[in-house]
Amino acid sequence: MKSLKMKKEFKVIADLLPNHTRVLDVGCGDGSLMNFLKKEKNIKVRGLELNQDNVQQCIHKGLPVIQGNAETELHQFPDQSFDYVVLSQTLQAFYKPEEVLKNLLRIGKAVIVSIPNFGYWKVRIKLLFFGEMPVTKTLPNTWYNTPNLHMCTIKDLFNFCDEKDINIKKVVGVNENKTSLIKKNNLEIKNLFSKLGIFLIG
Amino acid sequence: MPSLAGLFFWMNVKIENIKKLDVSEPLKLDCGKSISNFPLAYETYGKLNDNKDNAILVFHALTGDQFVTGINPITNKEGWWTTAVGPNKAIDTNKYFVICANVIGGCMGSLGPRNINPQTNKPYGLDFPVITIKDIVRAQESLLEHLGVKKLLCATGGSMGGMQLLQFCATFPDKAFSAIPIACSSSHSAQNIALNELARQAIMSDPVWDNGKYVFKNVQPKNGLAVARMVGHISYLSEKGMQEKFGRKLQEKANYEFSFNADFQVESYLRHQGYAFVERFDANSILYITRAMDYFDLSKQFNGGLVEAFKNQKTKFLVISFSSDWLYTTKENKDIVIALNASGADVSYSEIVTDKGHDSFLLDEPEFLKTLKGFIDSMYEKFKNEKRI
Repeated sequence: MKSLKMKKEFKVIADLLPNHTRVLDVGCGDGSLMNFLKKEKNIKVRGLELNQDNVQQCIHKGLPVIQGNAETELHQFPDQSFDYVVLSQTLQAFYKPEEVLKNLLRIGKAVIVSIPNFGYWKVRIKLLFFGEMPVTKTLPNTWYNTPNLHMCTIKDLFNFCDEKDINIKKVVGVNENKTSLIKKNNLEIKNLFSKLGIFLIG
Repeated sequence: MPSLAGLFFWMNVKIENIKKLDVSEPLKLDCGKSISNFPLAYETYGKLNDNKDNAILVFHALTGDQFVTGINPITNKEGWWTTAVGPNKAIDTNKYFVICANVIGGCMGSLGPRNINPQTNKPYGLDFPVITIKDIVRAQESLLEHLGVKKLLCATGGSMGGMQLLQFCATFPDKAFSAIPIACSSSHSAQNIALNELARQAIMSDPVWDNGKYVFKNVQPKNGLAVARMVGHISYLSEKGMQEKFGRKLQEKANYEFSFNADFQVESYLRHQGYAFVERFDANSILYITRAMDYFDLSKQFNGGLVEAFKNQKTKFLVISFSSDWLYTTKENKDIVIALNASGADVSYSEIVTDKGHDSFLLDEPEFLKTLKGFIDSMYEKFKNEKRI
């Protein structure tokens, strides 16, 4: 899943982050995003990652990383201990995404969440016309081996934030190399044409 | 085999010839007493470079000593951390300057209960003051100065070595650029105190021990000390590891002997480990060092708790635990990580999955050694850059 991350996504996330901030990357993988953020901006990064190989790779790169499960071990980070918490394309894989999101908002002064958009037109066509669970670049797994338990669309996450009184500061839609700002008035169309949604909330 | 008395005499002669720093400054101990003009035995490996930025301090565990790698000149056996330290090893002595001191209270050249008490001209025995981990660490401070090291690239240690390291970082927050506490705890658990008490009781119930006065007679309560060591050895393995290593295998026999000799391999192993140990370690030292471990409670030292202990830390930490370690559990190690996180310190953490229990840090565990190497090498690059700026 991580290797297929779009380079563009990193760039959008970096642009959302001011210099000299403290950032926690939840599910940081092999540290590619952390490395990118460190080089692009003068950002103090920290990662949380479950997989041992990934943890080792981060350590080799000199990136601070804590081995642990975001679903159960976010309690170790104190309230507001980071300026930003980043969760890149992992929200849908949690058993309790709502709990995780709450925790992220507790730890960070703001949170950046990116999601593969289940409302993307190709995904809709696959289900509508072929009657099959979609397999795409951003959703490369089949139904029986996908780590994704809670797929959602950009619109879903939009509505979720509204319902839960979570302040949406900015939403960026990404399609290959194109990015666009998503607002209430263009939500329907952007929900159809974005492969990825990147939310700045909190 | 030579007699024990002869062996100790021989060891004492050898111990006279190892590197020692005479610490002249008085050290006020936590118990209120002071020691001064005391020997601190140490060993170094590799070379301190011109920039003096490649020094790594290693703290040894309960029964370890300053002879980290290569051949221990006293026991003629391999150093206790040869798997991790040496030329081209994870802690590469071609590249780094590795320092290790024998803890005070020990029996490998640093001031301990076997040394002569200047007031009585006899060995201290139980007149030796009760020491703490903090005393042990503070006794080592002047060594760095003596060796010309202002700031360490890294300090590390497993088990009791990790406890010394945490104390070192809390007491001297700017002495190490990075630190790797391994399989340790910020305060000794009830279970660990209980196991230490078992070891002490084994020694103290040996009639030869005689309230520690055996030292005057040049004998050793070897039965008690051997049992103490057996307790330790059980706690260093995991249930699964022990089962895999020994199972119910019999020791060089086809069937039970219907006696109390060592029928099982595991019994034979424990007996061997126990009695091999008495040749190199002093029973009173075990009492003193295990006591120091039991008294260790970093939260208690800093009234505000563990977070307070790590306040203003500039040191970059990597905490490592082993999944099957039931002596210093992953949870205890994670508590250190949580406190470091809460204090805003730069901390990494890795749990190595293994069946080998607490002993893992001394063994050839590839994942562990790779992690160790990766961290130290990347820290060296950072430290060099920081010094340049």
